Amino acid sequence: MSLKGKAAAIGIGELKPVKEPGDLTALGLMAQVAAEAIADAGLEKKDIDGFLVGVPFSDPGMIYPASAAEVLGLNVRMLNQVDIGGASPAGMIWRAAAAIDAGMCNAVLCIVADLNKVGDQRPPVISVQREFEAPYGNIGANCGYAMIAHRHMHEYGTTARQMAKVAVDQRTSALKNPLATFNDKALTIDDVLNSRMIVDPLHLYEIVSPVSGGAAIIVASPEVAKRTKNPPIWLLGAGEYANHSTITYAPSITESPIKPAAAAAFKMAGLQPKDMDLACPYDCYTITVIVTLEDAGFCKKGEGGPFVMEHDLTYAGDFPCNTHGGQLSFGQPGLAGGMSHVTEAIRQLMGRGGERQVKGAALGYVNGNGGIMSEQSSLVLERRS
Amino acid sequence: MSEYYKPLPKPSPTSRPFWEATRRHELTLQRCGACRAYIYYPRDRCPKCFSDKLAWERVSGRGKVYSFTVVRRASSRAFSDAPYVLAIVELAEGPRMTSNIIAAPEDVRVEMPVEVCFDDVTPDHTLVKFKPA
Repeated sequence: MSLKGKAAAIGIGELKPVKEPGDLTALGLMAQVAAEAIADAGLEKKDIDGFLVGVPFSDPGMIYPASAAEVLGLNVRMLNQVDIGGASPAGMIWRAAAAIDAGMCNAVLCIVADLNKVGDQRPPVISVQREFEAPYGNIGANCGYAMIAHRHMHEYGTTARQMAKVAVDQRTSALKNPLATFNDKALTIDDVLNSRMIVDPLHLYEIVSPVSGGAAIIVASPEVAKRTKNPPIWLLGAGEYANHSTITYAPSITESPIKPAAAAAFKMAGLQPKDMDLACPYDCYTITVIVTLEDAGFCKKGEGGPFVMEHDLTYAGDFPCNTHGGQLSFGQPGLAGGMSHVTEAIRQLMGRGGERQVKGAALGYVNGNGGIMSEQSSLVLERRS
Repeated sequence: MSEYYKPLPKPSPTSRPFWEATRRHELTLQRCGACRAYIYYPRDRCPKCFSDKLAWERVSGRGKVYSFTVVRRASSRAFSDAPYVLAIVELAEGPRMTSNIIAAPEDVRVEMPVEVCFDDVTPDHTLVKFKPA
């Protein structure tokens, strides 16, 4: 059993994030990107018969998928919510392919949108985190990633300049991305290191900015993919893994569950990291990219820091990485931040990268990362010539 | 005395013995009677072998800083008294726990030896913290 070549991404919709949500609603943004993605795929709404959705923080609720599908006016044969944090969008792609391969549906709308504000009700935090983390101030994601960075520096000699280089190169690509939130000014390593220290050793420019926005992807069966106007981007491999929720209880905080997730994805694809033309690793923080490149096998464990210094990570470089700017420059519209890595890989492989097109890109690696290096979902995507 | 405004642990039936011990200024962990693993945070069954033969043991209170951060700007208004040192402490008995290091931020290092101390934050709540050993 394998999902290799069983389904393809055929259309995308993505909004330019905004900093102030104003009168926007998450459901309204979903309707906008759903319409955009369906039109992009050359389909009609009635063709959508599967629905995977992420629950927005700004408007959470139970029985979410049917409620959101009703707002969008969908009639579907398969529906569910995917709740694996920032890994949800990547996780949706293989779940959609699996449902299609099982014969449950033919064209799945995968959708996420969120606002940069807390709604009437906050999504509840699980009791053990409220009891054993919050009293000590382990609240939000910053602290966990800062502790990962400190330990990585201790074990492998990773430096602040190496981590900063990730934000710098991604910004260079963002300057060519009209959708990116931060696309008007190049960054230098010194700019990053001179930005305010938020959680040692992470500076402001190493941390994603919350914004409002949304994105959608249509995943379709080979039959539906035949009649799309876009080149289908085939799922070749997928892998998922989790071994903790709170980073304190992870077996190691510097060696992540990305390792088994990526290994499974590459194994299913029958390919290796060196075969990839671009990489789109989740980048909530700079250290996340370094750990991902190591654990996905693009370099040896502990050598992520020197690797990012030795390679040009921009769209024009020898190792194109997060050519949309990453979330660090794109912004993080809730779960749509994680979807930005998937849409960018699809866009590049379709040859729609515009001024930042990676020449001849045919194979891409995507990683979605949830929580504090917890849920991991890796994808290998291909444009067939 | 000012009112304590930070989040407080709300013990569950499973964790109540842990917090009752901290109020006596004792650090206790569950230990599995089958595989002998020490367990933190408290569970109903051993997360390693699923045995339900768990017993509470008082432990040494010694450990080291596995990693840490100095939170200069907190995500929650309750911690607006930042900076504070948040750490993962690896106990001598094995388990890791989230805690605070009571020390000047510039003095904290990865792998630094620490020992437990107790912070009676309210008459009913005592948190487990650590200081340089």
